[in-house]
Amino acid sequence: MRAQALACRRGARLLFDQLDLSVQAGQLVWVRGPNGQGKTSLLRLLAGLSEPAEGQIERAARVVYLGHQHALKDDLSAQEALAFLVDLHGDQADEPKLVDALAHMGVKGKRHSPVRTLSQGQRRRVALARLLLTPPDTCWVLDEPFDALDDTGVATLNALLQAHRQAGGSVVLTSHQALTLPDRIELDLAAVASLARS
Amino acid sequence: MWTLILRDWRLAARRRVEALLPLVFFIVAASLFPLGVGPEPQTLRTIAPGVVWVCALLASLLSLGSLYGPDFTDGSLEQMLLSGRSLPGLALAKAFAHWTVNGLPLVLASPVLGLLFDLPGEPLLTLVASLLLGTPVLSLLGGVGAALTLGLRSGGMLIVLLVLPLAVPVLIFGAGSVVAVSSGLSPEGHLSLLGALLLLTLLGAPWATAAALKIALD
Amino acid sequence: MSNLSWTTFAAPSKFEWLASALMPWLWALCLIMSAAGLYQGFIVAPTDFQQGQSYRIIFIHVPAAWMSMVLYMAMALWAAVGWAFKVRLASMLARAIAPTGAMFTFIALWTGAFWGKPTWGAWWVWDARLTSELILLFLYLGYMALTEAIDDPRRSDAAGALIALVGAINVPIIYFSVRWWNTLHQGASISMTAAPKMASTMLTAMLLMTVAFWAYAFAVVFTRTRAIVLERERETQWVQALVNGRNGRNARNGHKE
Repeated sequence: MRAQALACRRGARLLFDQLDLSVQAGQLVWVRGPNGQGKTSLLRLLAGLSEPAEGQIERAARVVYLGHQHALKDDLSAQEALAFLVDLHGDQADEPKLVDALAHMGVKGKRHSPVRTLSQGQRRRVALARLLLTPPDTCWVLDEPFDALDDTGVATLNALLQAHRQAGGSVVLTSHQALTLPDRIELDLAAVASLARS
Repeated sequence: MWTLILRDWRLAARRRVEALLPLVFFIVAASLFPLGVGPEPQTLRTIAPGVVWVCALLASLLSLGSLYGPDFTDGSLEQMLLSGRSLPGLALAKAFAHWTVNGLPLVLASPVLGLLFDLPGEPLLTLVASLLLGTPVLSLLGGVGAALTLGLRSGGMLIVLLVLPLAVPVLIFGAGSVVAVSSGLSPEGHLSLLGALLLLTLLGAPWATAAALKIALD
Repeated sequence: MSNLSWTTFAAPSKFEWLASALMPWLWALCLIMSAAGLYQGFIVAPTDFQQGQSYRIIFIHVPAAWMSMVLYMAMALWAAVGWAFKVRLASMLARAIAPTGAMFTFIALWTGAFWGKPTWGAWWVWDARLTSELILLFLYLGYMALTEAIDDPRRSDAAGALIALVGAINVPIIYFSVRWWNTLHQGASISMTAAPKMASTMLTAMLLMTVAFWAYAFAVVFTRTRAIVLERERETQWVQALVNGRNGRNARNGHKE
C-alpha cells in the first residue's frame, strides 16, 4: 500500500497534511502520537472508510481492518459473531476453522457464550481471531489491537503479527503500549503535524 | 446478503420483547381511539382505515432507531462498509430484515384491529393488502432517515420529522384504498399506486441509504 | 473584473464583495416593488364580484406560495451542487435559503387561513394546495433540523443535500397524492384555484409582489450567507483582514469625535 500527500480534516481542524506512507510486504508500521492527533483517522483513511481531504492512496493488496470497536454483536455467541464477520468479508468460515481460531486466541471455552458476557480482553481476542481466517497476502490495519489484552494475549498477538509478516503480509497499527517487535517502522504523527503547521 | 438478514433475525429472536414492542404499540395506540372518539360503530368504521394506518406508520417510525444504531455503535457497520459488498444491497437487506420483524407483524395483526373497529370483510381485506404493500415502503424510507441521523443526539424525533412528510403518499393511498372499498368503489387504483410507490422506493431508497451511510461514516 | 467566469463568485471572498455591493440595491428594489404591488393590489384592483374585499389577501398568498416552492428547489439545487462539486459556498447558500423558504411557506399558510375564513367560514381548509404547503413546511423544518443537529460542517452539508434532494424528488409525488386525496374526500368544491378571474390589474399586482418577494429573498438570503461565510471562514486571511479593517475604521472614526 502506498499513500501520498495525505491530508485529513476533522471538522474544521486539519489533523495532518502532506503525509507520505509506504508499506511493503513483510513490513510493520507503528503509528504513534498523542491522543487526538489523528491516528484513528489515518487508519480509517488507509482502510478506505473515509476519503482524504487531499492526496491519494494506492492499495495493491486487500486490507483487513480491525477498528477500536470490535464489531461483535452482544447478543450473538462468540462463535456466531466471528462467523458473521468472516462470512461478511467472503472468507471461509466452516466450523472447525472457527473453533481452531478461537482456540488459538485462548477463548475456545467461551465460544458459545454471548459476547455481552465476555470481558473486554476476551472480546478483543475474539475480534483478533478473525485475523487467523484471512489470506496471507493482506495488509492488516489494526487500531489499538493490544488494548485490554493481558500478557499472554500480547504474546499471542505478537506471534501472530510476526507470522503474518513472514508469510508476506504487512501490518499498520497503533498502540499506546510500547511494542517489542523487531524491525518496525515508526510513524510519529505529532512530528508530521508540526511539520504541516510550520 | 442472506448472512445479514439471518443475523438480524437471530438478533431479533434473542430480544423478543424488544422486537415485539412496535407491535404492542400498534395495537395499544389504535385501541385508544375508540376511547377518545366514542364506541359508535358507524364512526369507528369510518375512522378505522386512517387510524390503523397512522398507528402503523408511527409504530414503524418508532422502530427505526434500532435499524442502524446498534451496528453503528459497535463497529459492525464499518465492517459492512469495508466488506466490498454492494452498499445498496446491504441497505436493501437491512430494510427487508427490518420489515419482516417490524412491518409484517403489523400486517398480520391488522385484521384483529379491523374487527375491533367493526370493519366488514372486504374493507378488512383491503386494509391488510394495503398494509402489505405499504409497510415495506415505510421500512425503506425509514432506512434513509435512520442512516442520515446516525449517531446524532436528537436521532429519534429527527427521524420522525424527516420520514413523515415522505410517507404521506403511502398513508393517503393506503388508507384511501379502504375508504374507496367502503364507499363501494374499487380499490384497484389506490393499490396499484401503492404498488408503484413500492417499486419506486425499491429502486431509489437503497441508493439514497447507501449514500447516507457513506456520509455518516466519513 | 476582467477574468469573470462562472466560478469567479464561488470563492467566498469574492461572494462577500458581490453580496455587500448588491445589498442596498436589493433592498431598494424590494421596498419599491412592495409599495407598488400593495398599492396595486389593495387600492387599484377592483372589488371581486363574489368574494368582496377579502380576496385581496391572494396578492400576498400566491406570491408567497410560489416563493416557497421555488426556494425549495433552489435550496435543493445549490445543496446538490455543493455536494457533487464540493463547492462549499453552494452548500452555505442552501443553508441560508432554508429559513427564508420556510418563512414564505408559513406566510402562505397563514394568508391561506385568512382567505379561508371569510370565504368558507373555516380557519383551515384541507385544500390540496394548502395541505401540500403544510407538508412543504415539514420538509423545510426537517432539512433545518438535520443540518443543525450535525456539528461537522462537511457531514452536515452532505446530509442536508441528500435530504433536500430526496424531498425535491418527493414533492411532485406528495402533491399528486394530496390532490388525489382531496378530490376523493371533498370533491372539487373547495379549491384555492377558484380564485376570481384575473383582471389585468390583479395580475399586475401579483407580479409586482412576486418581484418584491424575490428581491427580499435575495437580500435576506445573501445577508445570511455572508454571515455563514464569515463564521465558517473565520480562520482564513481575508476574513481576518476584513474584520481588522473594520475595527481599524471604527477606531479611527471613534477617535475623530
